[in-house]
Amino acid sequence: MRQDTKMPAEAREIAAASAANKPAEEGAGISIRHLGHSYGELETIEQLDLELAPHGVLGLVGPSGCGKSTLLELIVGLQEPSRGEIEVDGEGAGVERLSHCAFMPQRDLLLPWLSAIDNAALALRNRGVRRAEARARAAQLFERFGLAGFERAKPTALSGGMRQRVAFLRTLIAGKPVLALDEPFASLDAITRAEMQQWLADALGADPRTVVLVTHDIEEALYLCDSVAVLSARPMRVIAQLRAPAARRTNRDETVTDPAFVTVREHAMHLLREGFR
Amino acid sequence: MRRWLLPTLLLIALLAAWQLAASSGALADLLGLESFLVPSPAEIGESLWQSRNLLAENAWVTLQEMLLGLAIALAVGVALAFLMHLSGIVRDTFNPLMIASQTVPILVLAPILVIWLGFGIWPKAVVVALVCFFPIAVNTLAGLGSADPEAAKMMRTLDASRRQILWRVETPTALPQFFTGARLAVVIAPIGAVFGEWVGASSGLGHLILQDNAQLETARLFAAVLVLSVMAMALFALTALAQRRIVTWR
Repeated sequence: MRQDTKMPAEAREIAAASAANKPAEEGAGISIRHLGHSYGELETIEQLDLELAPHGVLGLVGPSGCGKSTLLELIVGLQEPSRGEIEVDGEGAGVERLSHCAFMPQRDLLLPWLSAIDNAALALRNRGVRRAEARARAAQLFERFGLAGFERAKPTALSGGMRQRVAFLRTLIAGKPVLALDEPFASLDAITRAEMQQWLADALGADPRTVVLVTHDIEEALYLCDSVAVLSARPMRVIAQLRAPAARRTNRDETVTDPAFVTVREHAMHLLREGFR
Repeated sequence: MRRWLLPTLLLIALLAAWQLAASSGALADLLGLESFLVPSPAEIGESLWQSRNLLAENAWVTLQEMLLGLAIALAVGVALAFLMHLSGIVRDTFNPLMIASQTVPILVLAPILVIWLGFGIWPKAVVVALVCFFPIAVNTLAGLGSADPEAAKMMRTLDASRRQILWRVETPTALPQFFTGARLAVVIAPIGAVFGEWVGASSGLGHLILQDNAQLETARLFAAVLVLSVMAMALFALTALAQRRIVTWR
């Protein structure tokens, strides 16, 4: 206690922030029970139950406009559900969920006035870490994730794939146990997207987190996730939950052409088509 | 090349036509005036040189009024925009008043300001501030409101406080529009200063213009207008330069 009062205000802030955020390595589970959500008169989520173990990777696939992004915002605590419960690491309150989850939006939303490294280090800066220290910590990850040399580049000077990497690093550096990724590679061309899927699989292998991945690319979901929830059109419900046969295997291209993988993919496609009706 | 060459050519052509029309007496005849009332560009240039000390003294007075007024307008305009952006109550309270302040004709307001604030620099600076704060406040407010709501959500999940979202996302987003307002403000600042001087001043370019008008010193009148216009354009160029230096990401 006495030592606490001697700490400079900034150091106390950081200590408090990291105490509130459980270390990412320990992981956090997600539990969704009897979830229902309405937007005014419009019922967007009918009934949803989902469980995700710590360090599990869950894919959410469904038709466009079915409310996947809303579900993601509900999970991370940016919105409160109309009915039912969402718990992240056993905590139900929105503020608690928010403190456990980092969110990567659909567009990379890199701030154009900041360099790549300052964008990646935003979470540290928000917690009161000094600029030099925040940059030093982000720089280590830049090297690890193949972005070395681009620290000072402005986002406009980066390729689409690199921008996505910086946006993902920004989410990762927040040090939260849960990552919520909203169609992270939707804007990329097919080749870059395949590369980025492999890259993300490797990244999660090196630094495991609990991940909720929203996508409308079934192949992407089945390759990156342990299990995939196939969602219906609005009002949303879970049509089926599939186990992925070869989650995050080291060779993506071999994995996605594997007969077992293709069978599950065709099955998922079939379910999705059903959901459209 | 085109940005400089074409306006310069147009200016030279206009000046040449004016010179020809004025020095031949054609323009005066057309207007039914004595030729000394219609000075040619060369005569204006001559007057500019002969009266250079007088013009410089008065220009300095007007420049000070404009700069003081612009400083007030910047401080009040930006502060008001931030307060209105952050608080719905402030926005709803000040919005009608802010618009009302622009509907009062400045020619009506200026004499009252002279009665209240005397004959010094202040009534002129206040008139300048009154006409200049509006474009700054309105544009800055619009700029702050144009920040991407998705970016704010992203920042919230990265543990940003309201203040950090304001500083790291909304303020930089608003900068280009703030500069739009500032550029509008610097070009209308001389109008405010001249109006302020017209209702009560013993120096300044506006005062000189009024005197020259009464004494039929038309060449010097045009010279004073020229100096005023060049000052405004210089301020505009400085603002544009500041924008290019600060808003590097566009």
